[in-house]
Amino acid sequence: MTLSQTATALAEELYKIAPDIDLDDIDRSADLREEYDIDSMDFLNLVTALGKRFQLEMPEADYPRMQTFDDFAAYLDEKTS
Amino acid sequence: MMDAPPIVKQPATRDAANMPDYSEMRAGFSWDDARAKISGLGDGHLNIAHEAIDRHVAAGHGEQVALRWIAKSGEITDFTYADLQAQTNRFANVLRARGIGKGERVYSLLGRVPELYIAALGTIKAGAVFCPLFSAFGPEPILSRMEIGSASAVVTSARLYKRKLKGIRDNLPELRDVFLIDAQTDDTVELAALMEAAPETFDTEPMDPEDMALLHFTSGTTGKPKGVVHVHEAVVAHNMTGQIALDLHPGDVYWCTADPGWVTGTSYGIIAPLTNRATMIIDEAEFDVERWYSTLEREEVRVWYTAPTAIRMLMKAGSEAAKAHKFPHLRFMASVGEPLNPEAVVWGNETFGMPFHDNWWQTETGGIMIANYASMDVKPGSMGKPLPGIDAGIVEVTETGARELTEPLAMGELALRPGWPSMMRAYLHEQARYDKCFKDGWYLSGDLAMRDADGYFWFVGRSNDLIKSAGHLIGPFEVESALMEHDAVAEVGVIGVPDETSGEIVKAYVALKPGHEASEDLKLELMGHARKKLGPAVAPKEIAFRANLPKTRSGKIMRRLLKARELGLPEGDISTLESDEQ
Repeated sequence: MTLSQTATALAEELYKIAPDIDLDDIDRSADLREEYDIDSMDFLNLVTALGKRFQLEMPEADYPRMQTFDDFAAYLDEKTS
Repeated sequence: MMDAPPIVKQPATRDAANMPDYSEMRAGFSWDDARAKISGLGDGHLNIAHEAIDRHVAAGHGEQVALRWIAKSGEITDFTYADLQAQTNRFANVLRARGIGKGERVYSLLGRVPELYIAALGTIKAGAVFCPLFSAFGPEPILSRMEIGSASAVVTSARLYKRKLKGIRDNLPELRDVFLIDAQTDDTVELAALMEAAPETFDTEPMDPEDMALLHFTSGTTGKPKGVVHVHEAVVAHNMTGQIALDLHPGDVYWCTADPGWVTGTSYGIIAPLTNRATMIIDEAEFDVERWYSTLEREEVRVWYTAPTAIRMLMKAGSEAAKAHKFPHLRFMASVGEPLNPEAVVWGNETFGMPFHDNWWQTETGGIMIANYASMDVKPGSMGKPLPGIDAGIVEVTETGARELTEPLAMGELALRPGWPSMMRAYLHEQARYDKCFKDGWYLSGDLAMRDADGYFWFVGRSNDLIKSAGHLIGPFEVESALMEHDAVAEVGVIGVPDETSGEIVKAYVALKPGHEASEDLKLELMGHARKKLGPAVAPKEIAFRANLPKTRSGKIMRRLLKARELGLPEGDISTLESDEQ
């Protein structure tokens, strides 16, 4: 399956934090932090890295929209379009 | 650090506290009086679970909510004290039926789900020993902790079992039962079915005060983690310190954000609130600014016990996020895990109208030892004063012994006079390591501190190489061992480097074997390797490559020197340095 540009970016940034987890092994519609075994700090670092990459404001209030891989990618799509 | 002015408590606040006057209570305090607040089971016997649940039901409080569980989805499930009694009775009966007897170790490897709390108290009820594991541990920390404690049974989920336990199970011959809370497989037992079939009544096992009840693991600078043994009598201190240091009143809605995989989440996330008949809020989800503020507001939380990392993340999100909510019920806020910086104490006061009350204790002490109290003025940045019944001192440790330093602001090791009920009784199977903690009648904490002229204690640093990340103690040796297992690694030194949010993060310095080149790809491979072995809570967040690491003549890597260089501090005594960093 080919990924959108934002999904690829998300996968790349996740790989830097959790290189032990393969995107093919996770459930993209399940809790992202649990699937990738990442803690709150990792999650903040992820958001910061993507914000920088796409020059986006990603406020705390939007975090509920970043709970799964698919939701997160869709959120990035929306913000970057 | 002592620059911020004290936060002065108003007379009404003091008078409403369980302990209105610190000096007065300290002068008149005896642990025997504290023992009298425990009901016991006759003939000098007691059981933590009886104090936490059964006695409240017997006193007519069965309908009060004991545990309000907020699932990740936001769905809420309430367990009354009567529900908790029935569920823990069932669990104790399950253990009996499976032949798990008094003193045997029952582990949990679970997120914050109701089954964890039921297993903890049901295990204790049955006279077995409860040992919680943090669900963010990887297979290696889990294996070493289960081996040391000779786990007889473990309660976990299908997901955690598959990811972290199944692969190491062959190394655990004493592990008889794996109870899954959400599935059944050929090599596991389905807990729900057994619970359903088990009777709802159980005669709580009357225990000797010195019988083991809890086993918590803590990291050492060298060697394997240490199994810290706590006994049933610890409940006397859990109960008392909950009243004094957290100001818990019966009926309070109380939220301890710590995970029971760490000692705070058990002593103050299960036992102390229940013995004090509070209503506990348990949130399954991880930290989230908006969710946390909404929870505090909606659940009308009165007493909140959290940690510096979380507080600093809330600060980062800004006061506006907090001001969008109202917290008229909030009465007392406390923090533990690592020293809370003065800015965070002051921010708490400005944002919530009350400061965060920092306190200090360790896995070994079982309960809060030094604290800021509801009735006492807070000096931001100080850990407060020793609890009534606790004698703390600053000592100078030499080859020959420990000498107390009494002059104000003298720096030394923070030490305690042993004898309180929740003090550890042993490091399991490690008498020599246990004995090393004591000198001249003092228990040596490993923390450096000082005491000011008013009797407030101030944290200065650690006297050893242990790392505190997000309030969790991490042993560098455990991390180094895992990295050494990778083919490319010749030597490794692990230290904690300062991080403004989580206190410290784990950083590994790695020297590679010939034939391996340092690269970004290899760095990611090593991080992945470490995460797989150790889990995200322990694995390094940063890796740096070096051609050689600084070592002593005996070949020991000098972590102290790596750290001094990382921080740009003086290198101190380097007379033992034989082979330097390159």
